[in-house]
Amino acid sequence: MLLKDEVGMLQRVPLFSGIEPAKLKLLAFTSDRVKYSAGQILFRQGDEADAAYVILSGSADILVDSDSGPIKVAELLPNSIVGEIAILCNSSRTAAVRAATDLEALRIRKDHFLRLMREFPEMTIEILRVLADRLSHTTADLIDARTA
Amino acid sequence: MEPSLARYIWKHTRKQQIWILLIVLLSMIPYFMSFDLPKLIVNGPIQGKGFEQPGATLPFMRLHYNLPFIGEVLLFSGFQLGRKATLLALSIVFLLLVVINGLFKLYINTYKGRLGERMLRRIRFDLVDRVLRFPPIYFKRVKSAEVATMVKDEVEPLGGFIGDAFLQPVLLGGQALTAMLFIMVQNVWLGAIAIVIVVIQIVLIPRMRRRLLVLGRQRQLTARALSGRVGEIVDGIGAVHVHDTSNYERADIAARLGLIFKIRFDLYQWKFMVKFLNNFLAQLTPFLFYMIGGYLVIAGRLDVGQLVAVIGAYKDLPGPMKELIDWDQDRQDVQVKYQQVVEQFTVEDIIAPTIGALTIDNPGPMTNPLSAVGLSMADDGGAMLLNRISMQVKPAETVALVSTPTGGAEALAEAFARLNWPESGKVASGADDLLELPEAVTGRRMSYASSDVFLFQASLRDNLLYGLKHAPLTSVTYDGAAADQQRWNIDEARRSGNPDLDIHSDWIDYASAGATGPHDLFEAVRRVLDAVLLSRDILDLGLRSSADLTRHTKLAGRIVELRAALRTRLEQEGLRELVVPFEPGAYNTEATIGQNLLFGAAAGPELADKALAANPYFASVLKQAGLDRTLYEMGMEIAEQAIELFADLPPDHQFFQQLAFMSAEEIPAYETLLQRLKNRSYEAVSEADRAMIITLSFAYIEPRHRFGLLTDELMRKIVAARNQFYENLPPELQNAIERYDPAKYIAAATVMDNVLFGRLGNNHPDAPDRIRSIVYEILDELGLYAELLNVGLDFNVGAGGRRLTGGQRQKLDVARALLKRPDFLILNRPLSALDQRIQEKVLRNVLEEARRDGHSPAIVWVVTSPAMATGFDRVIVFDSGQLVEDGTHETLLAGNGIFKELLS
Repeated sequence: MLLKDEVGMLQRVPLFSGIEPAKLKLLAFTSDRVKYSAGQILFRQGDEADAAYVILSGSADILVDSDSGPIKVAELLPNSIVGEIAILCNSSRTAAVRAATDLEALRIRKDHFLRLMREFPEMTIEILRVLADRLSHTTADLIDARTA
Repeated sequence: MEPSLARYIWKHTRKQQIWILLIVLLSMIPYFMSFDLPKLIVNGPIQGKGFEQPGATLPFMRLHYNLPFIGEVLLFSGFQLGRKATLLALSIVFLLLVVINGLFKLYINTYKGRLGERMLRRIRFDLVDRVLRFPPIYFKRVKSAEVATMVKDEVEPLGGFIGDAFLQPVLLGGQALTAMLFIMVQNVWLGAIAIVIVVIQIVLIPRMRRRLLVLGRQRQLTARALSGRVGEIVDGIGAVHVHDTSNYERADIAARLGLIFKIRFDLYQWKFMVKFLNNFLAQLTPFLFYMIGGYLVIAGRLDVGQLVAVIGAYKDLPGPMKELIDWDQDRQDVQVKYQQVVEQFTVEDIIAPTIGALTIDNPGPMTNPLSAVGLSMADDGGAMLLNRISMQVKPAETVALVSTPTGGAEALAEAFARLNWPESGKVASGADDLLELPEAVTGRRMSYASSDVFLFQASLRDNLLYGLKHAPLTSVTYDGAAADQQRWNIDEARRSGNPDLDIHSDWIDYASAGATGPHDLFEAVRRVLDAVLLSRDILDLGLRSSADLTRHTKLAGRIVELRAALRTRLEQEGLRELVVPFEPGAYNTEATIGQNLLFGAAAGPELADKALAANPYFASVLKQAGLDRTLYEMGMEIAEQAIELFADLPPDHQFFQQLAFMSAEEIPAYETLLQRLKNRSYEAVSEADRAMIITLSFAYIEPRHRFGLLTDELMRKIVAARNQFYENLPPELQNAIERYDPAKYIAAATVMDNVLFGRLGNNHPDAPDRIRSIVYEILDELGLYAELLNVGLDFNVGAGGRRLTGGQRQKLDVARALLKRPDFLILNRPLSALDQRIQEKVLRNVLEEARRDGHSPAIVWVVTSPAMATGFDRVIVFDSGQLVEDGTHETLLAGNGIFKELLS
């Protein structure tokens, strides 16, 4: 997969969909393309958050530790981003991510991500929009859960 | 030191000064003979005086003297020679005299030069010797660069002066007196005129020069201060940048230079003013001679012959006079310089030479307790750090010193280490004042480490072993030329009052490290490095540096085995794709195109980095392989992409670290280049521009940059070009490159690259860490761990150790203190740069290591936190310069004192 294909993939990630392609290309270029085989760990719960990952191909499981061992809470498919929240709020990883199949991903380093946000306000606004969107969904879910 | 330079010189060079004076007087004989000879030649054989008759002969070399009372004595009646033969003989004698005079001059100058250089060496050594004996307080007040300037530059002119110190005035004074006497003999009045003018010169000129001396002193002081400031800027460059004060520094330096300029210019003005006056006075005398002498001739009171003789004789007067005055100027100048330096180096309480005297045999262990008796310590401003403390540390006792921020425990540790001297009271070892014990005892039987570490600019190994180098322990035998050189070294050192200790001897005191010689020292080194948790850092340094193959032969010898072990290991763990190995016949996709083309490590500048594309031979290989055009097009594509991606970013943007092709500064140049070349055909592009563009392609790695520029065909062509490159490699490039060979160690590459013999996969973010730990395991399995540690120990720590982190420097300092296996180990917050957890770990390791093999040193540890005081026999608590608690950890904990308060 070439840089320009990666740009195409990034455009399909909701977080980045509103950002002009030239900036996405820079983001892709400065990110590392990483490969994992099935079963390999991308990061562990409690690790320091140093990067976000955009899944390019394959799939991964999000796992949370519990008393009875790790529980899978969600599945990541191509074009999804994972780990961006932890790098935004400087916290450690709240869950682990493990490759379910052979996996290719774009690893966006924390400092690069933050730098881009600082430099391109349109990108920051876009990210804010997506996060606010998620928050309102979560709130709605919460209300549903309370009323149910 | 002697306050007067003349006395200093006389004291050390009396004999030589007298000898050279005698030689100079002796040299006068042929010198005056050569004056007389031209007259003899012209009058005799050339004009024919005494040869009026054809065939006449005259005696040559007839030696006869008219002695009083005895009358004429004929020693040799001489050869009878004809006119031509006499001419020849006299000419040969002239030539001989020329040679003899020349040889005398050569001998005298060499002798004077050597005398001066020896004295310079003596002075410099004396100065540094004094620096080594200054009391500690002195170093808080001087800048190191200023001391260095004094030793190096300010005493330098003394060397030139010393040879002439006594000779010149005797000689020139003699000449001037002779000329003066001659004038007086011719005519008393004219002589009186000359004397008056000379007296004016002698009185006036030195007076005027006094200002020169003042200015000279100012020049010296300002220049010294300048070098102090420059040294400070260099040492404090971090602070300058952190606070954006570089312009303040610029202003300060410019102001200083302005002042120096003013002083120097003043100096010039005065100098030439004085010169003018001096010349004027010298010329005034002939004027008076012509006028007054001429008047006397006209008046018939002086004959013309006398006047001419006086004027002739006067020609010989200004020369020596001027030189004499110059000599006096020099004398005062160097005297001032000397005094300035001596003043700076004359300090109260200088340490007696006996304290630091050379001691070859190791002193016995210090079995007496170390005690502070009514000890008070003050800082430089006079504030009390410790107030009349009395305490005692018994041998083999371990003591933790816990201190509140104003406690003063550090001051106690410094007093134990003799780094600061007591304000009152004393530190004693048994009954002896610690300050009166020779350093041979305290420096070998005690050791000290603190948070304030100084490392020398040398290898890690040298710094670690520094604490063992007390005395030359072996006598080195030299043969042949080296032996002559050594004899000369010793002889010269003695003549200049320098010690003749051999720096090439083995100074390392193996016994105190618990070793018997170089072969088993490494074990001790490894143990202390393990104890302070520094081994891993040093191994990393070793992996990243290139090994010196003359010393680390084992690594090179077993490289094939190592590489094979790594492959097997990666295979076993299913990590094969972490490393893509170099194979002579294949393209390595994880390496750059440049690396694939060269397939070797550049060992010289010819084929390194940017020079590669411009190398004519390399360019010709590319052309033959049909790659030049392809790589050019590739470079153009890369340039376009890079500029598109990066042109908008500010040059200091961190993304530029990702851009391997060009630096931020080069972007504008490439932008214009791209504009210029865009629509031009390849043939029309100049060689230099081609190289600029092709260079870009050399840094390209497909899996990393992902521009989609690498095809299978291109890879095949690159491998073919690689082989072509080596087939016809011209001899001048043979040493510029080391070809990758699976069976050979590559000296120009790092140890890591050698073991890997390939490239880490770019797609595996954790590859470097995993590989590194695998490599360490393999090295351990193959017994090469020590070898790698050894390579790491070659690492040069940089000026003041700045190439190491603060934590590494502190660990090294502790390791150095431990290595000595002392009787008293004083540690003054030695690990403050490390976090608490590591500090505690190192502390436990150090306590254990210090007591290994039944050793039981006393340990005094000023801890950074009271929690670290567990595990010590005794805990002493300081607050406000007072010893407030003293007891075992348990008792203090049980009590309700400051210690308990500090802990909670």
